[in-house]
Amino acid sequence: MAEWWSYRPEDMLLFSPRVYWRMFELHNAAVWPLHLLTVTAGLGAVLLALGRAHGTARWVAFILAILWVFVGWSFLWLRYSTINWAIDYLAPLFLLQAGLLVIAGILPHALVFDRRHGVAGWNGLAMAITALFLYPLLALAFNWRQAEVFGIAPDPTAIGTLGLLLMTRGAFRLVLLPIPALWCLVSGLTLWTMEEPTAWLPIAAVIVTLATYMLPTGRKS
Amino acid sequence: MPIARRSVLEGMLAAAASSFVPLPGRAQEATILTRPIPASGEVIPVIGLGSWITFNVGNDPVLMDECASVMAAFFTAGGRLIDCSPMYGSSQTAIGYGLAKLGMPKPLFSAEKVWTSGPDGPGQIERSRQFWGVPRFDLVQVHNLIDWQENLKTLMDMKSAGTLRYVGITTSEERRHDLLEEIMRTQPIDFVQLTYNVVDREPEQRLLPLAGDRGIAVIVNRPFQQGALTRRLRNESLPSWAAEIGVSTWAQFILKHIISHPAVTVAIPATTSVDHVRENLDAGRGVQMDAGMRARMASYVQDL
Ligand SMILES: NC(=O)c1ccc[n+]([C@@H]2O[C@H](COP(=O)([O-])OP(=O)(O)OC[C@H]3O[C@@H](n4cnc5c(N)ncnc54)[C@H](OP(=O)(O)O)[C@@H]3O)[C@@H](O)[C@H]2O)c1
Repeated sequence: MAEWWSYRPEDMLLFSPRVYWRMFELHNAAVWPLHLLTVTAGLGAVLLALGRAHGTARWVAFILAILWVFVGWSFLWLRYSTINWAIDYLAPLFLLQAGLLVIAGILPHALVFDRRHGVAGWNGLAMAITALFLYPLLALAFNWRQAEVFGIAPDPTAIGTLGLLLMTRGAFRLVLLPIPALWCLVSGLTLWTMEEPTAWLPIAAVIVTLATYMLPTGRKS
Repeated sequence: MPIARRSVLEGMLAAAASSFVPLPGRAQEATILTRPIPASGEVIPVIGLGSWITFNVGNDPVLMDECASVMAAFFTAGGRLIDCSPMYGSSQTAIGYGLAKLGMPKPLFSAEKVWTSGPDGPGQIERSRQFWGVPRFDLVQVHNLIDWQENLKTLMDMKSAGTLRYVGITTSEERRHDLLEEIMRTQPIDFVQLTYNVVDREPEQRLLPLAGDRGIAVIVNRPFQQGALTRRLRNESLPSWAAEIGVSTWAQFILKHIISHPAVTVAIPATTSVDHVRENLDAGRGVQMDAGMRARMASYVQDL
């Protein structure tokens, strides 16, 4: 595909909003009741992060790794890529992210919980709650069958991951942030091109993550 | 295309074939206007069917059937040319599904594109052919002038070998018209595809007359500016003389204006709606506009 510059964002939108949202409806119906499991896993990860017990951050990494493989394979690869060929290039990044999370879980001290209740922790918690609860609630306002659920759909999974990572510290965190942030940007741009009111959510998640990371205390490990 | 998805799609094709629905007989209505392809003299109806966005429905079975219904209405109303591209996501699969479900309608004139740079052209065309389920394409066009030298050579070779009937090239951007013009002047192409409608009239200056002079068939894409034009005109009233020229909607007004240009061979509006596809084909029946009337139509829209 030569001459990428000759395409505008609208040209990249290969599908209609109707097809996009029906995709979530079909996917939800196909994988139900896994939603209960993935949301419980997400809640467990948040509770571990809040407990901040020594050595438990690795379990958060392992939980997230499983969810990234599942979302990348079942949603991106098998479903989303049928209407958007660009996903062929993004789905492997979900697998890569899962691999990085596993490495972060195995390496000693790669990822540890922040012992202080800093701004980063609160921002992270807010993002995790957005991913776990706000997303399904938003769907109630539109069409609950088309809900985007943490661990099932990519946006809440990426936002929740960014949130949980903000609650940790450790040098490895820097390696784990780019892929979820990139996904949020791509998805935010897609939703914005479709003129969807929720487009700002993934974009805001990236801005909050960047801002938090830039904070004087944000980077310290 | 990954194996898993390919097998899902193959399953759907098999399902489509097993639920074969024959097309109903042609209704008693005025036949749709045709135009000759200058390279051969073969005639095709002036309204075709696009598939960008509208047919990219993934593996959604309900929407695949909706696409098949649009195709059924298209063929029943006398349409022939369907346009697609490997760039259009799953539109090729939806077309293949529809064709299988309709028992591979004989009138089909298949118009595909090659959209790749580098040596994968023949491979890509073969994959497209399998998606459609046709023995060979009637027309393959170089999409958006991509790697046009290499791709045109591939298409010319296929045409010489008898595995392709016509060769074309496309763009939908006015700023590429200079290059398009050069290609039209220098290459032995059968078809050119470009954007032309009552508000995007730049091709009237050079490209359409050139196509006429060089004997190149013209496919007109984006007749409704991807729906923006029909949406913009929705709340405006049609001229009082609309009935005289046989149009009852803005979509028909726009299409009639396009296909009445003597150099235009076929316009290819895309739609998800059976009613719209019928309405669009109806624009291809009845009277044609002369140059004076076409100018009047354009200035009416300009003055709104
Ligand atoms: N470079 C290239 O090669 C290139 C570039 C662009 C396009 N193309 C080809 O040209 C085709 C047409 O262009 P396009 O799809 O971009 O846009 P288009 O045909 O100008 O517009 C399509 C839109 O018009 C609406 N529509 C269709 N019939 C209508 C009617 N009777 N009344 C009101 N609205 C109507 C459709 O909505 P509904 O679904 O509601 O009917 C659809 O949203 C493409 O599908 C593609 O095959 C090629």
